[in-house]
Amino acid sequence: MLLEINPLVLPDIGLVFWNTIAFLVLLIVLGKFAWKPIIKAINERESGIEEALLKADKMKAEITAMQNENEVLLAKAREERATLIKEAKEASEKMVAEAKDKAKSEYERIIADAQLAITQQKNAALTEVKNQVGALVVEVAEKVLRKELSNKADQESYIQKLADGVKLN
Amino acid sequence: MSCRRIKSLLVVGFGLFAMLFSTTLLANEKPVVAESAKQEVSEGAPAKEHAAKEEGSFNVTETILEHIKDDHSWHLWGHTSIHLPVIVKTDKGFEFFSSGKLVNEHHEPIVYKGNFDYKLMEGKLKIVDANGNIDKAANKQFFDLSITKNVASLFVSVFILLVVLLTSARAYKKTGVTTAPKGLQSFMEPIILFVRDEVAIPNIGAKKAGKYLPFLLTIFFLILVNNFLGLIPFFPGGANVSGNIAFTMTLAVCVFIVVNLSANKSYWEHIFWMPGMHWSMKLFLAPIELIGVFTKPISLMIRLFANITAGHILVLSLICLIFIFKTVFASAIAIPFAVFIGLIELLVAFLQAFIFTMLAAMYIGMATEEHHHEAHGEHKDLAHH
Repeated sequence: MLLEINPLVLPDIGLVFWNTIAFLVLLIVLGKFAWKPIIKAINERESGIEEALLKADKMKAEITAMQNENEVLLAKAREERATLIKEAKEASEKMVAEAKDKAKSEYERIIADAQLAITQQKNAALTEVKNQVGALVVEVAEKVLRKELSNKADQESYIQKLADGVKLN
Repeated sequence: MSCRRIKSLLVVGFGLFAMLFSTTLLANEKPVVAESAKQEVSEGAPAKEHAAKEEGSFNVTETILEHIKDDHSWHLWGHTSIHLPVIVKTDKGFEFFSSGKLVNEHHEPIVYKGNFDYKLMEGKLKIVDANGNIDKAANKQFFDLSITKNVASLFVSVFILLVVLLTSARAYKKTGVTTAPKGLQSFMEPIILFVRDEVAIPNIGAKKAGKYLPFLLTIFFLILVNNFLGLIPFFPGGANVSGNIAFTMTLAVCVFIVVNLSANKSYWEHIFWMPGMHWSMKLFLAPIELIGVFTKPISLMIRLFANITAGHILVLSLICLIFIFKTVFASAIAIPFAVFIGLIELLVAFLQAFIFTMLAAMYIGMATEEHHHEAHGEHKDLAHH
């Protein structure tokens, strides 16, 4: 036979036989008790890792969303604060202005009252002065007239004089 | 840095060892040569005996082939060897006996009388007639199912694989999947993942890879362990299992069976009636593709056998240089080269296991692939490579 030229390339039936048995035993035993659990475990771990990564990504997205929300809230709060401050300022200014106005009007009113009182008192004083002056004048005039009219002639001439002054119109 | 220092130390150590060893060899040259010549007388054919005697040296080819070939006993050291059991099947049934009965105290083959007369002829057990010649008629019904050196080494590798892989499988069960792999488990896991992610999934596809993964992993680890055992020069190793054509043939046949059993309709269609071709081209391609069905596993068989055997022959030849030149100084060249080739062999051991598995996965992938009709040219290319 051609194959018998070199014993190296002539397979021994014995080795083929034992090798087939060995390979089948390995395939069955390892397939059942080694490869199956190992591959299962590796797959489980890989899916676990994948899940964990997905979860982490999700968490990250959530955190980002939350951060964004926080920022929005913060901006809103800041805006609100600004408006509040502005409003408070306005209110206070308004109050101050109102108080000023009120004070001014009160002051004016007090002044007006004071002036009124002054005018009244002045008038009253003037009236009294006038009355006193009038009484004095009447008293003096009475005295003068009493003296003047002590003689009859003078009295008559004076009446005449007065009568001349009064003209009938 | 320290790694490199250790390496050079190793080389120096080997060199020194070889030098000391060969000096004593030189001193005792005459008796050693006489002994080796005597051994060859007992083993070699008559013509070779003559040549060996005349030259007064040992026969390199014989020595190398002896190391590569299968044997009925497993040599340990000096004159000590394990006599492995012989199992033979003849038309008179099974017979069991120790291979120690096939040799005398001088390690020369003698006739063992069982149901037939058995004798080792050039290392192989044969039935001989009364004159000591091979009985061709009786040998037709004769099957040698002995536990030879290669079979025993194969069993060692099976034992190693079972222990290692079942231990790591238990580790997964015990610690669960939430903890990181530890010890042996962490050593095996990257290799398993490598076979899955670099061999199975790219060639077969993620969907179907799981089904063939146990087969591919078993082939890969069996070849890998036997390649490594073959590189160990002493007892638990030393056999040349993965460089034996019977071993590679068995695995190749397994791949052939798996590929053809899992082949789908479109695979056969692409072999016998290539779609998208002119009918004359189809007629022309069919026989080529059909031959390809058989050449694929045959190429697997020959590639592994040739690579591992060649590596062993190379290392042995380099060592034999010392004995050919019969000088101490030959070791200065031979030993570093042998160490260098040995390191390359380590790479080859892994590479060949990978290539065998890779090609097996590729053939399975081609057989199970769902063909889409717009991509025919591409598939045809794949099929031819």
